[in-house]
Amino acid sequence: MIRLEGISRTFRVGAEPVHALVQVSEEIAAGEHLAIMGPSGSGKSTLLHILGCLDRPDEGRYELLGRDVARLDETELSLVRRHTIGFVFQFFHLVPRLTAIENVELPMLFAGVEPEERRERARRRLDAVGLSPRADHRPDQLSGGERQRVALARATVLDPKLLLADEPTGNLDTHSGRQVLALLEEMNAAGLTLVVVTHDPAVARRARRILVLQDGRIVHRGSGERIGDALAVLQAAEDEERAG
Amino acid sequence: MSARDLLLFAARALRGHRLRSGLSLLGVAIGVAAVIALTALGEGARRYVVSQFSQIGTNLLIVLPGRTETSGGMPGFGGVPNDLTLADAEAVVRAVPEIDRAAPLVMGSETVAWGERQRQVALVGGTHEMLEVRRLALARGRFLPETPWDRGAAVAVLGQTLARELFPGTDPVGEVVRIGDWRMRVVGVLAPRGMQLGIDMDDVAVVPVATAMKMLNRRSLFRLLLQVRGHADIDRAREQVRRVLVERHGEEDVTVIAQDAVLSAFSSILGALTMALGGIAAISLAVAGVGIMNVMLVAVSERTREIGLLLALGAGRRQILAAFLAEAILLSTAGGLLGLAAGWGAVRGLVALFPALPAAPPAWAVAAALALSVAVGALFGVLPARRATRLDPVAALAGR
Repeated sequence: MIRLEGISRTFRVGAEPVHALVQVSEEIAAGEHLAIMGPSGSGKSTLLHILGCLDRPDEGRYELLGRDVARLDETELSLVRRHTIGFVFQFFHLVPRLTAIENVELPMLFAGVEPEERRERARRRLDAVGLSPRADHRPDQLSGGERQRVALARATVLDPKLLLADEPTGNLDTHSGRQVLALLEEMNAAGLTLVVVTHDPAVARRARRILVLQDGRIVHRGSGERIGDALAVLQAAEDEERAG
Repeated sequence: MSARDLLLFAARALRGHRLRSGLSLLGVAIGVAAVIALTALGEGARRYVVSQFSQIGTNLLIVLPGRTETSGGMPGFGGVPNDLTLADAEAVVRAVPEIDRAAPLVMGSETVAWGERQRQVALVGGTHEMLEVRRLALARGRFLPETPWDRGAAVAVLGQTLARELFPGTDPVGEVVRIGDWRMRVVGVLAPRGMQLGIDMDDVAVVPVATAMKMLNRRSLFRLLLQVRGHADIDRAREQVRRVLVERHGEEDVTVIAQDAVLSAFSSILGALTMALGGIAAISLAVAGVGIMNVMLVAVSERTREIGLLLALGAGRRQILAAFLAEAILLSTAGGLLGLAAGWGAVRGLVALFPALPAAPPAWAVAAALALSVAVGALFGVLPARRATRLDPVAALAGR
C-alpha cells in the first residue's frame, strides 16, 4: 500500500541544516498495524507528516496506493488527505465552538456531502465510538478520552484507507488510553491500515511491527511481540542523545 | 462545499466572538448610517429648493437692475447707472411677443396700522398680473385692480398673518389702514402661502407698484418678472428682453436670468453637494473596512491550529480562502443592514424634527451604501484570508 524509497527531509534552523529524515525506505502493507518509536527529534513526526501528505520529502519517492504522491499538486493532495488518510493527534484538535457531532461532520462539510447524509453518517460514527449520548456536547464539556474518541470518529468518517495517529494516548489517563487503543485496534481489524507514533511501550506492544528511528534513520525493525528489542535500541539511542 | 454550508460555518465562527464581531460590525453600520443620513440631508435640501422655486411659477424670466459683474454696490439696491423703470417694463412687454404676463416688483419695509394696532411688514409693490405670475391665491376679497401700471391707487391686499394680527375676529376687507403716512383701503386678503424665496408671503402688504414707488421713494424696480408662453421660447425671449433694455439704456446694465436655469443650477449644485456628503461618509466605511481586516487577522492567527486541522482533514486552500472571506463579507454585510436600519431611523427622526425639510436618502445612495459594505468585507477580507491559505499545515497544526 505504501512504498517509501530514499526519503530525505532537511529543515533549516537558522543557518544550520537539520536532517529530519535521511534516506528512509520502507514498505507498509494494507491492513498493517505499525508503531514508530524514537527519541524526540528523531524524525518520527516528520515521517508521519510525509505519510499524511502534510509535508513533502526533499528527496525520494513516496508511493501511496500506486500513486507517486510527491508529484501531486495542492488540490490533488487535499483530495488524497480527504479521502485516503485519517489523522488523530495528541492534542485532539477539536474545533472548540462546534459540538461533538459537528466536529465529526467537518470533513464531510468540505467534501460537499449533503446535510442530511452528513448528520446521519456522523451519528453512526459517533455511535461506533460509544459517544451518541454526547453528540451535542462541546469539546470543553467532554473528558480527554471522549475528545479523542470524537477525533477518532472524525478521522474515519470518510472511510480512509490509512489512519495516522500521533501519540494518540499521550494526553490520556491509562483507562481512557486503553479505550482509545481498543477502538484503533478494532478499526485496524476491520481492514484500516494503522500507523501510530508513540513513546508508550504499552501502545507499541500492540503493533504488529515496530520501527525505531534515530537521527532521521531507521535503526531497528522489530515486532510488537519482541518489544524488548525495540526498547533496548530506543534506550541506547536516548542515552547517546543525552551523552552528546 | 455548498454556499449555505460556507455561510453557516462562517456565521458559527463569528458567533464565537460576539463582542469582537459586534464591534467591527458596528463600524460598518456607522459608516452606512452616515451615508444614508447625510445623503438624505443633501437630497432634502435639494428638494426643498426645487419646491421653493417651482412655487414662484415656471417659465419665468427674472430681470434685475445691475450687471452681476458690476463692481461697487449691491445689484438692485442703487449704485446702478440706469434705473429699471416701469416704462422699461412696458417697453419689454410691447416688444417681446413671447411674454405672456409681466409683474414689475418693488420691495420695502413699512409699518401697517389699524386703530391702536400696528405691525412692521414687508411692503410689496405689484400689479394685477402678480397674482398669476407668483402663483398666489386669495382668501377673501379681490386682488389689486387691473389698471395701467403707472397709475397708483390707495388700495392694499394683506397677507394672512398680517390680517389676523391687525383685525382679530374682524373682516379687514373694506377697512382703511395706515401704511406709513398713507391711508389705504383693504380690498383683499391672501390665502396662506408660507415662505417663498425668503419672504414670508403671509406677512406682507401688497399695494400697486406705482404707489409703492412713491411711498418708498424709489425710482427703480426691484425685479421684473416675466412669464414666457412656452418652455421652448425662454432662450429667445431672454435674448430679446436683453436687447430691448440695452437699446433703451444705451449700455448693458441689467441682468436677465431664466428661473429654470437657476433652478437646475441649484439642483445640480445641491446634487453635487449630496454626492460629496455621501463620499465623505463613505470614507468612514473604508475605516470600518480596516477594522474588519484587523479582526480577521486576529481570527486567522487565533485559529492557526484550526486551519492546520482543516488542511489535514482535506479542506482545499480555496475552501479555506472562501471560509474566511465569507466571514469578512458576512460581518460587513450584517453591519451594512444594521446601518441601513439606523440610517433610516435617523432620517425619520430628522423629518420629525424639521417637517419642512423633505429629507429622504436617494435610491442610489442606499444601493451604493449596501454594495459598498459588501465590497468592504470582500476587499479587506482578502488579505487575512490569503494569509490563512498560505499557512504550512505542519506548522499550523503545531500552532506556529
